[in-house]
Amino acid sequence: MKLDEIQKRLLQEVADLHEVPEGAYNIRSNSQSAGRRSTANIEIVSKEDVSGLEIRIKPGTKRESVHIPVVMTESGLKEVVYNDFFIGENSDVVIVAGCGIDNCGNQDSEHDGIHRFYVGKGARVRYVEKHYGSGEGKGKRILNPGTEVHMDEDSYMEMEMVQIKGVDDTVRTTTADLKAGAKLVVRERLMTHGEQNAVSTYAVELNGDNASADVVSRSVARDHSFQKFDAKIVGNAACNGHTECDSIIMDQGRILAVPGLEANHVDASLFHEAAIGKIAGEQLIKLMTLGLTEAEAEEQIINGFLR
Amino acid sequence: MLELKNISFQVDDEGKGKEIIRDVSITVPESKLIVVTGPNGGGKSTLARLIAGIEKPTGGRIFFSGEDITEKTVTERARMGIAYAFQQPVRFKGIRVLDLIRIAAGKTLSVADACEYLSSVGLCARDYVDREVNASLSGGELKRIEIATVLARHAKLSVFDEPEAGIDLWSFRNLIDVFRRMRETIEKGSILIISHQERILNIADEIIVIKDGNVDRQGPKEAVYPFLNAGLVAMDALECEGHIRAMGQGGAQA
Repeated sequence: MKLDEIQKRLLQEVADLHEVPEGAYNIRSNSQSAGRRSTANIEIVSKEDVSGLEIRIKPGTKRESVHIPVVMTESGLKEVVYNDFFIGENSDVVIVAGCGIDNCGNQDSEHDGIHRFYVGKGARVRYVEKHYGSGEGKGKRILNPGTEVHMDEDSYMEMEMVQIKGVDDTVRTTTADLKAGAKLVVRERLMTHGEQNAVSTYAVELNGDNASADVVSRSVARDHSFQKFDAKIVGNAACNGHTECDSIIMDQGRILAVPGLEANHVDASLFHEAAIGKIAGEQLIKLMTLGLTEAEAEEQIINGFLR
Repeated sequence: MLELKNISFQVDDEGKGKEIIRDVSITVPESKLIVVTGPNGGGKSTLARLIAGIEKPTGGRIFFSGEDITEKTVTERARMGIAYAFQQPVRFKGIRVLDLIRIAAGKTLSVADACEYLSSVGLCARDYVDREVNASLSGGELKRIEIATVLARHAKLSVFDEPEAGIDLWSFRNLIDVFRRMRETIEKGSILIISHQERILNIADEIIVIKDGNVDRQGPKEAVYPFLNAGLVAMDALECEGHIRAMGQGGAQA
């Protein structure tokens, strides 16, 4: 596997990878596979009809991981990739995705990753997806992830989605349907700056008794950036749903939070919380009385908030 | 060490200037524990905020270690060695107790060292060091953490605004020891405490009584104590004791 320094840096940002990861992996670099490994329990194969992968995890696979990071360093690339994950019953795995774009050119670079998860009965999945952009070119860095999650009975999925820096334009669409006893936990952390635009839409359907979803977004909008957080939970059974959008606005940033709840069953219990505001003056003053400058205080508050 | 010279502070009250502090001059010498007391609304907390730099005086000058700090910012004063414990501590989402103590110490303290500060304010360090300084903490816990952050600063001058308010009985007793220990460990360090509490007044070297924005009386404890308006102090002390007892019964963890 040959990667240059920029590609290595991107990999580190999106997947905390310094070298080739343990376990199964596929590294996609500028639309090519730069390396792949399947294991006894996890098989990664290329799709034949479209660009993308099929990742098959055998039932009962425990404590194994799959890394499928994507890096783009050529300006002007535009790709749509379809990755399907079949997660066998009662397995317990970590999946690390993520995309890093370095665009030094004047043409836009765009990666649209469409991920579909079929989570088997009783399986547990931790999914981590980080997005990162860098490069001084005029070309935009665009990421439009689409995520579709189908959860069988008593399965559990935790999704950690992070986009802190450098992505100019994002439309993130996440849909999920859950059978009885399944639980979905989403933790989204987002920071936008400059002229960036980020839209994040969730539609979660709780279709079985005791299904539950907890969708929490923490975000910071700085400069002239704009964010829209649109989270909808539909309760079709005796279920529990919670969405939360907690945001800090700075400078001329703008945030639109659209929480949506739909209860179609008398035992559906659904909550939403949304709060948007600037950093409290007292927080800044407290940290300044500890010796930080105002800018340092701001940084500490935001770092903590997005931890 | 700290000198307030003819300090005044006015706020705008519906177009009219309202004087909160009127021509106050006080001195905090090295290695002394000064307690500022007086009726509520008399301007005590404003005085503390003026010292920390959170408010700027509308008249007069403030000197610290011989330097005029009237125009200095909160950060500059903090770096010169002024620490300030808020009456109502601030909450932060995502910032842990450990982070706050490290920021206060101005260096990467080991977890063990950070725990020392928590232990000295009566918190079981292991239970708290990784907690976020957010709404999950009770008012009493937060207050003790606030005091711990000031301890971690080892400042030349530590200002506490009503440290006893909202604290449970157990830690109130220990608070007195905390102040005593601070005096022993910080060389030439001074402590200024705003308080109504008799037991805190008792450990003072000097007492300053602020009333209606002005210094009503100031001097060594022995000289001022007998002159304290008996009714006023006794009443405030009672009120405070009652509050403390109520908090204690509230099951605040020791």
